[in-house]
Amino acid sequence: MPSPLTLMRRLVKPVVFVLALVPLAALIFFVLTGRTSANPAEDILLTTGIWALRFLLATLAITPLRRLTGWNTLIQYRRMLGLFAFFYATVHLFSYIAFDRFFAFGEILADVAKRPFITAGMTAFFFMLPLAVTSTKGWIRRLGRRWQTLHRLVYVSALAACLHFVWKVKVVIGEPVYYAAILAVLLAFRLLWRFRPSGGIRRQPARA
Amino acid sequence: MLIRKPSDIRSSEITDERWYLGRREFFRLAGGLLIPGAAGALAGACSDASSAAGLSDGGGGQSPLQNVKAKVINTDEPLNRFEDITSYNNFYEFGTGKNDPQRYGGSLKTSPWTVKIDGLCNKPASYHLEDLIKDQQLEERIYRLRCVEAWSMVIPWVGIPLSTVLNRAEPQGKAKYVAFTTLFRPGEMPGQRTDSLQWPYVEGLRMDEAMHPLTILAVGLYGKTLMNQNGAPIRLVVPWKYGFKGIKSIVQIKFVEKQPPTAWSISNPQEYGFYSNVNPEVDHPRWSQAREKRLPSLFATYKTQMFNGYGDQVASMYAGMDLKRNY
Repeated sequence: MPSPLTLMRRLVKPVVFVLALVPLAALIFFVLTGRTSANPAEDILLTTGIWALRFLLATLAITPLRRLTGWNTLIQYRRMLGLFAFFYATVHLFSYIAFDRFFAFGEILADVAKRPFITAGMTAFFFMLPLAVTSTKGWIRRLGRRWQTLHRLVYVSALAACLHFVWKVKVVIGEPVYYAAILAVLLAFRLLWRFRPSGGIRRQPARA
Repeated sequence: MLIRKPSDIRSSEITDERWYLGRREFFRLAGGLLIPGAAGALAGACSDASSAAGLSDGGGGQSPLQNVKAKVINTDEPLNRFEDITSYNNFYEFGTGKNDPQRYGGSLKTSPWTVKIDGLCNKPASYHLEDLIKDQQLEERIYRLRCVEAWSMVIPWVGIPLSTVLNRAEPQGKAKYVAFTTLFRPGEMPGQRTDSLQWPYVEGLRMDEAMHPLTILAVGLYGKTLMNQNGAPIRLVVPWKYGFKGIKSIVQIKFVEKQPPTAWSISNPQEYGFYSNVNPEVDHPRWSQAREKRLPSLFATYKTQMFNGYGDQVASMYAGMDLKRNY
């Protein structure tokens, strides 16, 4: 019989997976039962957008959290969180294409060229795309060291996502600023560790 | 434009819609955690549930308006539901979320209410709201409302032509513009305790725009006095301009010689100009204005009309003007 600790670990991952689907399930429920605002398309767009950003930041929080707490087990959630960020970003992009632009791809291209907040949003999405594709065990093995280099693109994606949010709103206060601040903190940890590898922070051995 | 005889068949409908507002409101609150912008936490949902129906009433003392001349201006497009018109608003005095005005509007006291009319006129005066509209024929005006954010609604306003109010003050020849000011009362308007815009909200019209018969001061919708979230107790409605020109909860109307500053162009002059006429050919710098989402539709497939479809009546006022520069 597995130990209680192992059992818990086996249970936690599916639970996190299901929890990550709750925003989508709630959204579908609200839409199907007419419980959205008067502008359901906007609700879908904003909800999927904000959850894409939240999952992206959660993904980026894994490494600093791991280093600060020594909970190396957190690493096993990183891929899942990243893929959920990509999933919500995909739904977000498609709701823009369908609802706001009604599949007029000429207009969408014009938007990308002309409107910085759309350019930033598209950048965030398309930098996530190769990361999602190469997230499998096979690709990790095949790419070897280059995998890590490639996946640094996530920083570009996160920066672009925050810019997209800040540039989208009519007045820049509240939420967009908070999310950008969270990203700044997460990136600051990395810079700190890069230049001062042990700078005052308790280092954990590579394997716990 | 149709001119029809008065009828009074609407009130039963309204009761129906408000009856189930309570149920929907509960779920909306419960969804606050998931739907961004609705900053309310799940914790609030339970405590509010018992008074959910009261929440909609909290938005301002709705009472039926008497002697309204029905459908003075009509459209064949279907009206938006009362509950959509009163739950999806831009009224930054109560917060930047679309549901914030409904949620926090209840704290505003709209009675007593005084409107000061002054500036370049012979008879400046302060009026109690009741006196301002007492001798006026209230008219129902069913107008399209086109928001600068590319969504739109059809709303049955009740109000009086702005010109009747302006004429009573006897504007002088020097008066070229009319400037409007919203109430500044941060204690009751939580958004005014933030820097989302410069307070108080101000707006303006050129004299001919202000005197135009389509321009009204609205005091109600769907046959009843305005809810706070819609700009109670008195607001401007200029149907051929973007919604933000329709300044809410007005306390001052002033005749001035020079073009007055307006809230959104103070905030972002590159994106919002003084005229802000609905114009499908002049894009907002960040999005196209060619089409709009006629709520509650999911798709932005409704073609935006020049001057929001009121061009026949208003286009002549802008003859010879470069509308790209005067956005």
